[in-house]
Amino acid sequence: MFATFMIDQLDALTLARIQFAFVVSFHIVFPAFSIGLASWLTVLEFRWLRTGNPVFAEVYKHWVKIFAVVFGMGVVSGVVMSYQFGTNWAVFSDKAGNVLGPLLAYEVLTAFFLEASFLGIMLFGWGRVSKRMHFVATATVAIGTLISGFWILAANSFMQTPQGFMVGADGLLYPTNWLEIIFNPSFPYRYAHMMTAAFLTTAFVVGGIGAYYLQSKKHIEHRKHGRVMLGMAMIMAIFVAPAQVLIGDEHGLNTLEHQPAKVAAMEGIWEDERGAALRLFAIPDQENQTNKYEVKIPYVTGLILTHSLDGEVKGLKNWATEDQPHVIIVFWAFRIMVAIGMLMVLVGLFSVYKYFKKQQFSPDSKLFHRAWMMMTPLGFIALLAGWFVTETGRQPWTVYGVIRTAESMSPLAAQQVATTLIGFIIVYTFVFGAGSFYILRLIGQGPKPYTDPAEDNFYEHSVTEGQGRTLSGDNDPAGHTTKQDIDTPADDIDDGGLR
Amino acid sequence: MFNFGDVLDLPLIWGGLIALAVFIYVLLDGFDLGCGILFPFAGSDKNRSRMMNSIAPFWDGNETWLVLGGGGLFAAFPVAYGIIMTGLYLPVIFMLFGLILRGVAFEFRFKSSTHRYIWDGFFFFGSLLAAFFQGVMLGSLVHGLEASNRLYTGGPFDWLTPFSMVSGVALIIGYSLLGSTWLILKTEHDLQVWARKVSGWLLMALVAAMIVVTIFMYFSDIDALEDWFTLGRLPYLAPMPIIALIVFFIMRKDLTTEREYRPFLLTVLLFLLGYIGVCIAIFPYIVPYQMTVYEAAATDTSLSFMLVGAVIMLPIILSYTAYAYYVFKGKTDHEHMY
Repeated sequence: MFATFMIDQLDALTLARIQFAFVVSFHIVFPAFSIGLASWLTVLEFRWLRTGNPVFAEVYKHWVKIFAVVFGMGVVSGVVMSYQFGTNWAVFSDKAGNVLGPLLAYEVLTAFFLEASFLGIMLFGWGRVSKRMHFVATATVAIGTLISGFWILAANSFMQTPQGFMVGADGLLYPTNWLEIIFNPSFPYRYAHMMTAAFLTTAFVVGGIGAYYLQSKKHIEHRKHGRVMLGMAMIMAIFVAPAQVLIGDEHGLNTLEHQPAKVAAMEGIWEDERGAALRLFAIPDQENQTNKYEVKIPYVTGLILTHSLDGEVKGLKNWATEDQPHVIIVFWAFRIMVAIGMLMVLVGLFSVYKYFKKQQFSPDSKLFHRAWMMMTPLGFIALLAGWFVTETGRQPWTVYGVIRTAESMSPLAAQQVATTLIGFIIVYTFVFGAGSFYILRLIGQGPKPYTDPAEDNFYEHSVTEGQGRTLSGDNDPAGHTTKQDIDTPADDIDDGGLR
Repeated sequence: MFNFGDVLDLPLIWGGLIALAVFIYVLLDGFDLGCGILFPFAGSDKNRSRMMNSIAPFWDGNETWLVLGGGGLFAAFPVAYGIIMTGLYLPVIFMLFGLILRGVAFEFRFKSSTHRYIWDGFFFFGSLLAAFFQGVMLGSLVHGLEASNRLYTGGPFDWLTPFSMVSGVALIIGYSLLGSTWLILKTEHDLQVWARKVSGWLLMALVAAMIVVTIFMYFSDIDALEDWFTLGRLPYLAPMPIIALIVFFIMRKDLTTEREYRPFLLTVLLFLLGYIGVCIAIFPYIVPYQMTVYEAAATDTSLSFMLVGAVIMLPIILSYTAYAYYVFKGKTDHEHMY
């Protein structure tokens, strides 16, 4: 049995860490995508209300279905997260609960309910509420996602750069200043970096699919939608991708100030180094405290981190081995993230070039559109890699310098953790597979022609005839007889599916 | 910063708020889990679509109350959260699996045509699993948890008792009744007729289940039972069966008439009675019979800081939740929603 193998090889703590890494990595993809999509859909609906151009509405109605799937998977994997702290990390919950609990409670109170309630109107409210109210619902969901990010990143940042608390005689953390706790040193950088990452990731998905519609022979009628999608994504790639490089640089400098061991691991630097070199390639060897197969460019890392040629970067050997993070993960995840970031900037430059040649939407721009299509999934990889850098880089601590990971776990047997880990892997693989399948199929189908809510046939696609008229007070409309309601097998075959 | 610890009984207030959040969760997710449990028995695919559509705009919001219950417990009683989640580790995770499967079934069913039967299956099975394990958790809590030194000290299968199994089944029946009376409210024609019929059976089954649960409780080795006698809590619990019996007869009559709202409201009342019973039984413990709300509470500054947010946000949340329900008022049809 796989479970027996895992228990033989790994202890409960390692299994619990793998489980947390698995469920949180799975989860973060969806909220990040929802954050980007909700804001984009808000802009899209705004443009529709302003211009009345049905193409915007068609793109909106298409993507809101994808949004529903993404958001649904985010909700269910998020409910798991709110229980993981207790099930697997009870001691951490006890020790840090005074500080972190209220931040998460505020997230639920100010964001989750807002998102969940207005999502219903956003998805099912067409024709039930006015266009303006529907826009308000979309914008409210988008604002909810940004508020949610605020609290959860405040909590995460506190774990990275804790302040505004004291440790009691009982070993528990006690809050002394809530503003210091929330606005801890790494929070503004992490919030800016993560929200921008969410926007960029989404933009590259949207743009990549837009490029696909522009190229695909099967989607001639969706080219006009592809133009909207790629056009809006290009703006993000041109302006926001370079901005993200600057934000990321600032975030790195902040990390250097507060968590220098993490930066040393990111750069693969063991000894203190003046004019530190940039390692393009290396296999960090934690056991021997050195790198194998280094390929490096002198001075570059020193220049980036200290903004001078002979500035000194502290090496990992300043920390005892039991206080060092797992270097190889941090080192390589960092390189993957940065490489994808650079690719995004390059695609942005390519977009500027195509824009000035006015060829950005031309089906002849094959290479350009292929580049965008290739970028589609990369944002997610960069996002996960970035979180691997910051979370693995925080180790061996849960609250940096205050609570060790090894002292955070619930009293559980390896057997239990292994069993549930396998359960999570099976369920998530299945759910993720099915979700991806439906999203890909929606993309394959493309947007449908828009019909105005004022016209009768609108209800075919959204709220039903019967419902729509119930609103106007007529409970049993003439055109909606009970006869049609009596089920016949023939009626059931193509009823209700995606039309 | 904020500290109302001197003027307010913060642990008690937070215990009450969490109890309220859990109760709202039980009612709201109760009817949509109930619809999921009744789902395969609805006769036709069209009826199943109607059932799904009647809850689709709300399930996200309903489940958020569970997050508030969990998050609130973490925030207000961190140590209790740790002990309970460790002690009920497997039931909690099985419940989560159930919620995941039924949650995604909502989204996938709308998008699927040929594989719809798979999602129908998951919707039913996930709802059943979630309801059963919520009942198991409730039963285990009433039974009590072992803990010392701020940690859970029992075994991984302590929750597996005849009493908790019976509570699991009882909650399945209870949620089904919430679901069927919700359908009376939200549907018409043949589905409504069916929902009335099913509600009648479920009502009988629920009363039977309540009696069985009481008998099991009496014969199981719950230490707390002695406390109830000595602390004189029985007088508070005694009127409950009488009120429940009155509700039962009113509702039985209602189900033979055209009433649409009252069966649902009466079911809510039945749940309220049961819930108050559980709260009286457990109070003042938050980890039953081990830690009281006062022993497990987070520090006053944390509770005060959160209370500010809760006092401001809860009325706002309740009002826009009510607005969302108002937007989708009236009967639901089977057509695709978006």
